[in-house]
Amino acid sequence: MGDYVILAISCILINNILLAQFLGNCPFLGTSKKMETAVGMSMAVVFVLVMAGVGTWLINTYILQKFGLEFLRTIAFILVIASLVQFVEMFLKKSIPALYAGLGIFLPLITTNCAVMGACLINIKEEYTFLQALVASFSYAIGFGLALILFAGVRERILLARVPKPLQDTSIALVTAGILSLTFFAFKGMV
Amino acid sequence: MAKTLVQEFTKGLWEEIPPFRLVLGLCPVLAVTKTVENGIGMGVATTFVLVGSNFFVSLLRKFIPSKVRIACFIIIIATFVTLVELLMQAFTYPLFLKLGIFIPLIVVNCIVLGRSEAFAFKNGIARSLADGLGIGIGFTLALAALGAVRELLGAGTLTFWETPIQILSPTIQPFTFMIEAPGAFVCLGLMLCLMNLVESK
Repeated sequence: MGDYVILAISCILINNILLAQFLGNCPFLGTSKKMETAVGMSMAVVFVLVMAGVGTWLINTYILQKFGLEFLRTIAFILVIASLVQFVEMFLKKSIPALYAGLGIFLPLITTNCAVMGACLINIKEEYTFLQALVASFSYAIGFGLALILFAGVRERILLARVPKPLQDTSIALVTAGILSLTFFAFKGMV
Repeated sequence: MAKTLVQEFTKGLWEEIPPFRLVLGLCPVLAVTKTVENGIGMGVATTFVLVGSNFFVSLLRKFIPSKVRIACFIIIIATFVTLVELLMQAFTYPLFLKLGIFIPLIVVNCIVLGRSEAFAFKNGIARSLADGLGIGIGFTLALAALGAVRELLGAGTLTFWETPIQILSPTIQPFTFMIEAPGAFVCLGLMLCLMNLVESK
């Protein structure tokens, strides 16, 4: 049990997927202008990442490794993620319309979110067991949400500040992300 | 107004240079630019995928129904990424190990998918090739520049062909912040700022 807690903490804080592993930076900058979109994106990522993490682990262990097809991993994983996103979208539209409306356009965007694909590949690279992969996927998604929502809060404040012209928009956002990353950096060596 | 082939090529080098003008595909940009060599390696791999996928998307654009085009693009791109992976394993194994999961992650690099969607699906083969090559070389240059700045300030060296060359005198304390994670964000932000300054002159 204790091992899983340590794994979760290390995935959320120390190896934070956005700020320490640099995965999923496009939606990080793209959807952090407003708190509302940041929350929507985080929820969608939690949803898809857990399912994708479990799905790709099963496919890798029971199909690819069993038949020695590891070289097809990239293609197999992206197809799993793309079809999963499509499936989740249709399912939510039919059965939970409120959640579907909330997530809106963020669901299809997740297909090209490298945080999802990256986390799946890390699960395989670290040779996690099924339960570990499940915990790691969930924690990575939580870490993603945490960093994204914190960043959106900071960015809303920046809108009120007077920023020098050449630094405006993406430039100041990146510098801010650097400072945020510095705070997460302090967790290094904790576990 | 239709652009000439040369213009399609050169627009990738300054006008639309990723990741500065098109803020896409940031993940590999931030993650692999600890040294110049990694940056160039990643850039060349991405260029290969970009040119290949642009060529095939443009070749098959009449046959791909527009409803399932994204899925088709992804399969074409994934095929080229697998090719790059196998080629790098065979010929540049140390670099392959250093770049790690960022090679398979070219599949979800928004630049590649973005060019297929925004350009190759609507234009002829020759123009798509020129566009892919231009954007790819622009991306490589940007990665190399960022890698050079970070490595020079962070370690005082520049790495080519796996041999670090000492540029700054060893007596100067290197600014290690630059090669750590936070430095990547700050360095890219400041480079973007510099580019805006040059542009506004």
